[in-house]
Amino acid sequence: MRAAMTTAAPSALPRPFDWQWVVIGVCVAFTVYIAVIPLAFLFWQSFFTPQSAARAAEFTFENYTLAYGSSETLRLFWNSMKFALGAASFSFVLGTALAWMNERTNTPFKALFFALSIVPLIIPGILFTVAWILLGSPKIGILNLALQGWFGLEHPPFDVYTLWGMIWVDGLHYSPMAFLLMTAAFRAMDPSLEESATMSGANVFQVLQRVTLKLTWPAILATLLILFVRSIESFEVPALLGLPVGIHVFTSSIYQAVHRYPSQVGLASAYAMALLLITSLGVYFVSRLSGRGNRYATMTGKGFRPRRIDLGSWRWAAAAIFVVYFLFIVVLPFAVLLWSSFQKFYSVPSWQALQNLTLDPYRFIFSYPSLGRSVWNTLILSLGSATVVMLVTSVICWIVVKTRFPGRWLLDGVASLPMVFPGLVLGLAIMIFYLNVDVGIYGTLWIMFIAYVTRFMPYGLRYNTTSMLQIHRELEESAATSGASWATTFRRVIIPLLKPGLVAGWIYVMIVSIRELSSSILLYSPGTEVMSITIWELWENGQYVELSALGVLLILALFMLVLLTQGLATRFGVKE
Amino acid sequence: MLKVAGLCTEYPDERGQIVKAAQDIAFAVPQGQFFTLLGPSGCGKTTTLRSIAGLERPRAGEISVGDRVVYSSSRNIFVAPNRRGFGMVFQSYAIWPHMNVFQNAAFPLQVGDRRFSRKEIQDKVLRVLTAVQLESLADREATKLSGGQQQRLALARALVMEPQLLLLDEPLSNLDAKLRERMRFELKRLQRELRITTVYVTHDQSEALALSHSIAVMNEGRIEQIGTPREIYERPRKQFVADFVGSTNFLDGTVLGRGKPGFFRVRTEVGEVEVLSDEDLRSEDRVVLSVRPEDVDLAEARPEGPNVLEGRVDQKVFLGECVDFQVKLGERILLSRRHPSLRTRIGETIYVQLHPEKCVAFKAA
Repeated sequence: MRAAMTTAAPSALPRPFDWQWVVIGVCVAFTVYIAVIPLAFLFWQSFFTPQSAARAAEFTFENYTLAYGSSETLRLFWNSMKFALGAASFSFVLGTALAWMNERTNTPFKALFFALSIVPLIIPGILFTVAWILLGSPKIGILNLALQGWFGLEHPPFDVYTLWGMIWVDGLHYSPMAFLLMTAAFRAMDPSLEESATMSGANVFQVLQRVTLKLTWPAILATLLILFVRSIESFEVPALLGLPVGIHVFTSSIYQAVHRYPSQVGLASAYAMALLLITSLGVYFVSRLSGRGNRYATMTGKGFRPRRIDLGSWRWAAAAIFVVYFLFIVVLPFAVLLWSSFQKFYSVPSWQALQNLTLDPYRFIFSYPSLGRSVWNTLILSLGSATVVMLVTSVICWIVVKTRFPGRWLLDGVASLPMVFPGLVLGLAIMIFYLNVDVGIYGTLWIMFIAYVTRFMPYGLRYNTTSMLQIHRELEESAATSGASWATTFRRVIIPLLKPGLVAGWIYVMIVSIRELSSSILLYSPGTEVMSITIWELWENGQYVELSALGVLLILALFMLVLLTQGLATRFGVKE
Repeated sequence: MLKVAGLCTEYPDERGQIVKAAQDIAFAVPQGQFFTLLGPSGCGKTTTLRSIAGLERPRAGEISVGDRVVYSSSRNIFVAPNRRGFGMVFQSYAIWPHMNVFQNAAFPLQVGDRRFSRKEIQDKVLRVLTAVQLESLADREATKLSGGQQQRLALARALVMEPQLLLLDEPLSNLDAKLRERMRFELKRLQRELRITTVYVTHDQSEALALSHSIAVMNEGRIEQIGTPREIYERPRKQFVADFVGSTNFLDGTVLGRGKPGFFRVRTEVGEVEVLSDEDLRSEDRVVLSVRPEDVDLAEARPEGPNVLEGRVDQKVFLGECVDFQVKLGERILLSRRHPSLRTRIGETIYVQLHPEKCVAFKAA
């Protein structure tokens, strides 16, 4: 378009070199390179036998016949479905009930609901899972032992090492996400649609059933699908709870196939293709649904604050439900980690154990040889990937939103593509690519950096798109008519106006990078461990008390970071 | 029929501060009458309506319909909105997009405590859809309706259960100007035919004047004046009411003394005039007087009678059906709305006559 302008008004002066095309070109090439190529290699690898010193890779369908030819696979698929559907439904029901209580009723302790939005940010999945093992394992679980002691039960009442246990832990961990998504859905609805039903004589349940839920169904379906995709690509819970008792799902099978000796990368790729197919279908339907949802986007008229339904004395019951939930999701997991972090050897709370409180685990952690390095690696990776993600996506976003380049929607699609990659699949794809194409980054921090940037690019894109849409075209055009070059306009006008979105996205990407486990687990090597890997290793070694100490420190650090960023966010005028 | 007494409603805003939305609201609406709450946005009119509906829980007061008390703070009565059986039309119409026209209108008959047979529902819905001229669209999807049709459907839905009381929250404000005027007539015809007691909320003074049996003008959570449309327009009792309803000229003045009963002599910045007031004014009281532009008579020859002042035409604006004159009296400018047949030129001398019964004075705030 600029080219057209140039030809339309040929200038006598030689045009200064325009950085526009360089920046755009580099960003586009980068995006395509990191988002598309590993996927292609994953696909390619799934048709080859493993390469070894003795034999070159050969074309084969064997991976697929091995992966899908046995009844074992049917069970794998069935397990994955049961697990993902169970966890998604559980977290959905929990999240929706909480969102409804918070948005539409006069349940007390409203302020605590806010905490829900940051819980998933500060308690990484691996720590949450470990904490629930310490709470609900049949042998050492505190809840089990306490209930057995109090009621004289013969058998432990809970067992997290079951499919139901996995659904419980995973569903609980994702329920704040369901809460946030459903809160948004309830807020997007014109409250007078419910009020008019009330005025028509409908009681609370009739309103809920015949109006509220019917109108939010596109959002409900989208939320269910997102939760399903999340659960099916979840790695920590199936690995820690499922593998020890032989409950396999796709993610844990991929991990096992890679870590077997000799490692069966082709088989892992074949599993990964199936997983990718499922998540792609899920993401595709979510995007279809959000387009569909506009038909019901009925925010019109004056936004009167929705009426709070008076639950009467039931509101104390609602509050009690919420308090119990809060115990399960924050208090108990953190408390159990805190408790075990002061023990010499893991033991359940008792008078005797109380005598033996010690700081040894913390001493151990601080003298742990790879700790300093893993903290340093984590910091570099999270800061670096957050910065690169936000800068690259701001250019991509500008191209997609502000220009009329043909094929810009394709660029948007490509940059959003990593959304469908489960972390483990992405790690696998990147691993295969750099094993085959030796550019000397395999086994360095760079390969993890690439994985993080790829994985979190869609988040950066979403943050930038939201704020880019609010920048009116004329703001750029007036900069251009004032004589600013494209680079100056981008630097002096676009970037400052994008700042709230950039800062918010940067923070978010940084936090999720710190907790990243499922891609790193396939890509790290000695010397490039990050904190989540260190936790994983401690778990593998059975060093529970040391792990707890590190976990407590990590949760506290993330909590500080979230608080700090909330302060920053208000300063930069970020909403949310 | 409807009685509201001592109603106070408060709610916390986003920052948790208490907003005193409606304070000490009291009025009564006789059976079959059309009553309007009129005021600028944020004056508490919608809160008052929602308190009657039961969508807000007032802090104090009493609301009763007929013999039935639906809210009383002293007797601790609060009837839930879905048990009050009032019909309500919302500003956004709140037509449920997942139902068709018939289903929308039938909803109140399906959810209430009274059970209706399929046949009864069919009959009642068709009757009410016929009343609002939507009977031919019964099967249409609600999202495929035009603004005016949605509005009529919202009305049909509110009327289908034959409520004792109809509550309307700015139902015409989302329509374009032409349609709004037509719907005004429709609404008036329907209300007068059904003789249903109606409370109507609007910020549009011409709507209020056109539709109502009586009007309550509200400001900052309180009722300023209640009266018939004519009383509100011609005999405002407060400066706010005169200012908000219609356009007017304000003049500051000081009372000189009494005239005929109800009339006073006032010295103003443009000269001495005789004015009407409902208040008990005394000499030296500071007053504000209001005179409507259409009541500012102009003549090229000095007319007979009281309150004649001499001025000069400063500006004039031709509006088709009338001409607005700005007449300069000393340093003051008075607005006068005249028939286009008056063609005095700018700069020429003109005589202004303010009829005493059209000059309304109130004590200055």
